[in-house]
Amino acid sequence: MNRIGVFLCWCGSNIAGTVDVHRVIEEVRKLPEVAHAENYMYMCSDPGQDLVKAAIRDKNLTNLVVASCSPRMHENTFRKAAASVGLNPYLVEIANVREQCSWVHQQQKDVATRKAYNIIKATIEKVKRNAALEAIRVPVTKRALVVGAGIAGITAALDLADAGFETVVVEREAEIGGKLRRISRTFPYHEPADAILAPRAEALRDHPNVTLYTSSEVTAVGGYVGNFDVEVATDPGDGGPPETRTEKVGAIVVSTGYDLYPVENLGEYGGGRLPDVIDGLAFEGLLADSFRNGEPVRRPSDGRPVRDVVFIQCSGSRDPENHKPYCSRICCLYTNKQARLLRDRNPGCRAWVSFMDVRTDCKNTEEYCQQNIEERGIVYVRGRVSRVWQEGDRLRLWTADTLTGEKIELDADLVVLATAVVPAAGYAEVSSLLRAGVDANGFFQESHIKLRPVESSTRGVYLAGAGQYPKDITDTVAQAQATASKIQSLFANEELAQDPLVCRVDPDLCSACGICVPICPYGAREVDALAGFSRVNEALCEGCGACVAACPNKACQLKNDSMVQVVGEIEVFAAEEGEEDYTCAC
Amino acid sequence: MRVKLDGDRVRNDRIRKVEEIADQSVYRCYQCGKCSAACPATPEMDMLPSQVIRYLQLGMDDKVFAANTPWICASCLQCMTVCPKGVDLARLMEAIRMLQLRKGQNQIEIRAFDRAYLERAPQIAMISAYRKFLSLS
Repeated sequence: MNRIGVFLCWCGSNIAGTVDVHRVIEEVRKLPEVAHAENYMYMCSDPGQDLVKAAIRDKNLTNLVVASCSPRMHENTFRKAAASVGLNPYLVEIANVREQCSWVHQQQKDVATRKAYNIIKATIEKVKRNAALEAIRVPVTKRALVVGAGIAGITAALDLADAGFETVVVEREAEIGGKLRRISRTFPYHEPADAILAPRAEALRDHPNVTLYTSSEVTAVGGYVGNFDVEVATDPGDGGPPETRTEKVGAIVVSTGYDLYPVENLGEYGGGRLPDVIDGLAFEGLLADSFRNGEPVRRPSDGRPVRDVVFIQCSGSRDPENHKPYCSRICCLYTNKQARLLRDRNPGCRAWVSFMDVRTDCKNTEEYCQQNIEERGIVYVRGRVSRVWQEGDRLRLWTADTLTGEKIELDADLVVLATAVVPAAGYAEVSSLLRAGVDANGFFQESHIKLRPVESSTRGVYLAGAGQYPKDITDTVAQAQATASKIQSLFANEELAQDPLVCRVDPDLCSACGICVPICPYGAREVDALAGFSRVNEALCEGCGACVAACPNKACQLKNDSMVQVVGEIEVFAAEEGEEDYTCAC
Repeated sequence: MRVKLDGDRVRNDRIRKVEEIADQSVYRCYQCGKCSAACPATPEMDMLPSQVIRYLQLGMDDKVFAANTPWICASCLQCMTVCPKGVDLARLMEAIRMLQLRKGQNQIEIRAFDRAYLERAPQIAMISAYRKFLSLS
C-alpha cells in the first residue's frame, strides 16, 4: 500500500490566480492511497521544501507528486529534498500545472481547476508504479584525447597535461600548429604568429604527460564518457600500412579547425581562373615572404610588386542564396590587418576594401580598424563587388558605393578574397565516429549555445576552436582553456553518477531481431548473440525511447516510464475528460 | 554612369586643402549618417551632408564642388553636435564654400536683388548672403 503525498504550489498567482488550489487539494485528499495533500505559496522556497520534508518524515510518505511548474525547473529541487530525508528521489514526480495548465487557461478558471486535478490524478497513477532507482555509476579513466593540434588543440592539451593528466594528441598533418602556421602577423598588435605558436608547440612536444601522434587519424571510437576506446592510425611515411593502436581515455576534445571556402566557387571573381585572385591565407603567405626577404609584397602571376590591391570581404559569407548564410567573424579584422600591413610593406601602394559592414567584435579591434582607416589610408568602399576580370596585365572590378549611390569601376594588381570560414575537411567522419553532432553548416554543435558552449551532443566529447564556429586566436584559446577546465572537473570524480532513467530489456520478450540497434542515436544497443537478446549499455543510453517505439515485441521499456504507467495516465484523462475540448483559451 | 575610382584622386591637393582650412580630417568619419539625420536643411540639398564627406573620402571632390549642399548649409552646427566621431562638418562646408569663393565662383551681388524681395527674404538668408558678400572683399 502506497502512502502518497501531494504538494500543490501556488507559484504566487501564476497557478493560484487561475486554479482553485484549495478545491483541488480537497478533492485530491479523497483519492485512494493519498496520505497527505497540501498547498503552499512557493513550494520551491526553503519553507516550502521544509513542508515537503516534514510531511515525508511525519506521515511516512512512500511516493510524492509535486504539482508545480515544468519538471525542467524544479524536478531536481524536489528530488534532492526527498533524498535529504531518506526517500528515493525517483519516487518523486512533478505534475506540471503551470506551463501546461494555468498559463494556457487563464480565462477559464473552472476548466483550469478541473484540468489541474486531472493532471495530478494522472501523475499519482504514474508515481504509484515508480521504482526506487539508484544512479548508474561508471568509473573514469583520467586521460584525455585531443583530435587536431592547431592552437585550439595545443592549448587544451597543454592545460590538461599541466594539470597532471596524460593527454594523447592526434594530428593528421606531419607538423602541429594548424592554420596558425600559415599566418604572418596577428591583429591588433602585429605579433608574429610564430612567436605565439612556436613556444606552445615546443612545450607540447616536450611535455612528459603528452603523447603526440602526427600524420595520424582517429579511425574508430567505442565506449562512453569516462571510458572511451579510441583507435588511432599513424601513417609510417614509408608507404607501408598504417600502424594502429588503441588509447583508453575518459574525455575527447574535438579541435579539428577550419578551412577556407574554395575561391573556385566564386566564379564571378575569377577565383581559380585568374592567378592574381587569391584567398586570405594565400595573402598571408605573400606577407610572410615579404617580411622574410625584406622585399615588397609581390603578386603570384608575374612577381611584380603590387600597387593597387582590392580586398573583398564576405566572399561566400552572408550569402544564403549561393554560398554560406553565416558571418565568418574573423575576415573583417584580418582584412583590415592585411591592408594595413600591405601599406607598411609597399610604400605608395593603395589598399581598397569592399565591405558590407565592418564587424570588430574583439577587444581593441574597433580602435585598431578605425586607426588604420583614418591614419593608414585604407579606402573602404561600401558594396559587394559584382565581377572581376582580366584587363591587359591588370584586373578590373565593378562594384558600388551604397553610401553615395555611385556605381564604381576599379583597377587592381591583386584581388584578395576573404572567403568564408568552413569546417575543416573530414569533419563529417569525425562527427560520425564521435557521435558529436554538427549544425546545418557542418560546425560542431554545442549542447547549449549559452550555458554549455564547449560540450558536444555526446557526453565526454568536448569542443574547442573554429570547428565549432569561426573564431579568432583569442576566442579559440579561451574556448580551449574552457574545455580543458570542463574536462578537469570531469576528472575530479573517481566515478560518474548517471541518471538511471534509461531503457531496460526483458530478455524473455526480446527476439534479438536487432531493430533497436540502428535506431539508437547513442549507440547504446547491441545484440548479444550468445545470450540471445539485445543489451542496453546504460552508460550510453539517454532514455530517449526510440527503441521502445521501434521494438515489435514490446521488449524495451523505459524505467519509470513503462507502458503500463503511460497508459494508466492516459486512462485517467480519458475517463475524466471524455470528448470535451479545453485546448482553446484565447 | 559608372565612376572610375582613381587611387591618384584619393587624398588629392584640393581635398587636403579643404581639410587644412577646416582643420578636420575627412577620414575620421565612419559614415554613420547621424549628421544627415540631424540636418534641418536636407530637403533643399542635392547631396546629403554625410555624402559630402563620403565623396571627399573617395577622391570625388568634383561632385562635392558641383553640389548645392555646402551653399544650403546654414552652419547651424547640428551635425557637429551629434557627430560621434567629433567631426565638425560645418567647418568642412565652410572650407568648401571658401575655396569656391576664392576662385570667384558662386558669388552673389546683393545689389542685384530687388528691394521687394530683400524685404521678403528671411533674415537668416540675408546673413548668409552677407557672409558670402563680405568674403569677397
